[in-house]
Amino acid sequence: MIWFFLLSGLFLGWSLGANDAANIFGTAVGTRMVRFKTAAIVASIFVVLGAVIGGAGTTHTLGKLGAVNALAGSFTVALSAALTVTWMTRLSLPVSTSQAIVGAIIGWNLFTGTPTDFSSLVAILGTWVICPILSAIFAVILYGLMRIWVSNTQTHLLGIDVRTRIALIIAGALGSWALGANNIANVMGVFVPAFSLRKAALMPGLHLTIAQQLFLLGALAIGVGIFTYSRKTMQTVGRSIFKLTPLAALVVVLSETIVLFLFASEGLERWLALHGLPTLPLVPISSSQAAVGAVLGIGLAKGARGVNFKVLRSIAWGWVTTPVVAAVLCYVTLFFAQNVFEQQVVRQESYEVSPEILTHLQQEGFATLNLPELMGHQFTSARDFRKALFLWQGLRAERSMHGIFDASRIHLTYVDSTLAKAALPQEGFTSEELQGIYALHGRSFRHDWQLDDALAATSTAWQPRSGRGAEVLNKQLRRKAARLHQLFEIQERGTTYRDIGQQQTH
Amino acid sequence: MEILFRRTRELERQIDEYLDFVVQGGLVYRSAVEHYLDERTNDFGNRLNEIERLESKADELRREIETRLYMETLLPESRGDVLGLLESIDRVINRCEESLQDFSVEQPTFLPELIDDFRELVVETVSCIDSMIMAARAYFRDPKAVRDHIARVRYHEQESDKIGEKIRRGVFASTLQLAEKIHHRDFAMRIDHIADAAEDVCDRLAIANIKRSL
Repeated sequence: MIWFFLLSGLFLGWSLGANDAANIFGTAVGTRMVRFKTAAIVASIFVVLGAVIGGAGTTHTLGKLGAVNALAGSFTVALSAALTVTWMTRLSLPVSTSQAIVGAIIGWNLFTGTPTDFSSLVAILGTWVICPILSAIFAVILYGLMRIWVSNTQTHLLGIDVRTRIALIIAGALGSWALGANNIANVMGVFVPAFSLRKAALMPGLHLTIAQQLFLLGALAIGVGIFTYSRKTMQTVGRSIFKLTPLAALVVVLSETIVLFLFASEGLERWLALHGLPTLPLVPISSSQAAVGAVLGIGLAKGARGVNFKVLRSIAWGWVTTPVVAAVLCYVTLFFAQNVFEQQVVRQESYEVSPEILTHLQQEGFATLNLPELMGHQFTSARDFRKALFLWQGLRAERSMHGIFDASRIHLTYVDSTLAKAALPQEGFTSEELQGIYALHGRSFRHDWQLDDALAATSTAWQPRSGRGAEVLNKQLRRKAARLHQLFEIQERGTTYRDIGQQQTH
Repeated sequence: MEILFRRTRELERQIDEYLDFVVQGGLVYRSAVEHYLDERTNDFGNRLNEIERLESKADELRREIETRLYMETLLPESRGDVLGLLESIDRVINRCEESLQDFSVEQPTFLPELIDDFRELVVETVSCIDSMIMAARAYFRDPKAVRDHIARVRYHEQESDKIGEKIRRGVFASTLQLAEKIHHRDFAMRIDHIADAAEDVCDRLAIANIKRSL
């Protein structure tokens, strides 16, 4: 059944391979500078490497937007995104998997009553606008540099030809890496929370996290997409859309690669933060829009002759239509999946308001105006809790909804150091952090933030940092804490954390 | 890395060698016409043999270059331009050879007062070929210089046109028989056509050079 649910993600991966790889190698193959076979092999290998090694950053952002926590839900979200992409492509409308998946996740949030994290949504939307602009800027700079090189070099035309071929393959490999790292979240991101809950190890003995195993599968689907269906798109992209010289094609691939890399690299984010520079959000972007941005950049560098400004309008239109179509489609499909096919599209979670939660929220700086009115109530679904919050808090609640949901969610955990010793040392936890965890052995918690607070109290390694580079370090800390929330989760329904805690200590 | 560049280095060498043949062809042509005008028949005959040998070698090399460009799918974007360029350059050396064969077959007798004009016409025509080859070499290695060489070709072509016209006017103002006048005119025009062919090469080069820029 697990494999069946993954199919929609694999379908999405296949269509990403068929369409988006063309943005990386299309110009090279279309201009016959690189053979399709070479392009397909290089692209597939580097997409897989990029996805498995560097795919975590953007997945985290999508996960924050809405953690789809039931497998049938993930299946429906990915299916809606894939259907949106296929349908809109057939209608020749501009479409991107990144925008489709974001729309579909919001559709899931709306259907299940889960609040959307506004800060993540704003970061994602902002990136879509910035991405083609940044790509155009890089293209203008690179085009200028390339022009200087070409007019000053005494290299023979044939020598330039060979160098361009080599550069196109290297840039294509880097671009494929960046595409894998940036866009794997679109394909497999929605499955990560649901799979982690099941603690499924698809390939035992292999030192890949569950997320990485999913990324590997998704990337293989992308590879299959590249081999089976991208030849035609590569030739179309290379010949009819961009009529570029091989060197200009190289500029497009390089600009696109830089942009994909900027929005995917956790290493770069860490480096920028440590040097006190502003970081970029790690968000899946559309490789087609990055490519179009670069082509427009070249057009502008040539003096804006022959630049088709209608393309800009179609890009902007895509920002609106794709997520809306995907969200609506996802909402409708979820309705059918839940009510007709009787699938669990969201894990039922309970919420409560207690004096400790109020204090915690106030400490975190959230407005808790009428929240005390809900004191003592327990809500068995996100939808009910959301309704109650609206009733008592009104629209003011919407912005702080995500924070209130996080704090109020009942998530029973029991810290078991044996479990921690077996699983965590190979997952990048430091010895100080592990000591902090072991110190809490045998303790149970009702809310995730309580476990976080207890960890911070036992060890300085678990305390949020401040100062230069703090944001990135805190993000890592939050990710590690999220791993603990999964690991120590008590899954049995109907039993309280105390019962479980007592059973295990006896 | 060296392996990647080895194949193209060989082809670069062949293109350079091909252009060398054309330059040599021009020099041999000038020397042959001078021998003819000086009535040194044996030397003229040797030069004619030499240009035939050069022309056939150049043809062979050109075919090899064209085949390699296609077989190894080199220069996919500018291959058409390069092939067109090589073929139009070939036309120049062909015309030199044809012109010398005409001298050999038709054995024209020129008016003594026009002989210096014929010499001058040949000098301008061969300068045209030299500048054309420099423009072609620049197209491959130094695109910024192409324009300058093309300007030189155009200058020499105009000069040869002027000399050609001068010869025709001189001939038709003379008391020669009409058949002799036409013979003089034809030879002046055939030499001038070599310069025209060199100018055609440069017209191609100018466009190819624009396409070569990014």
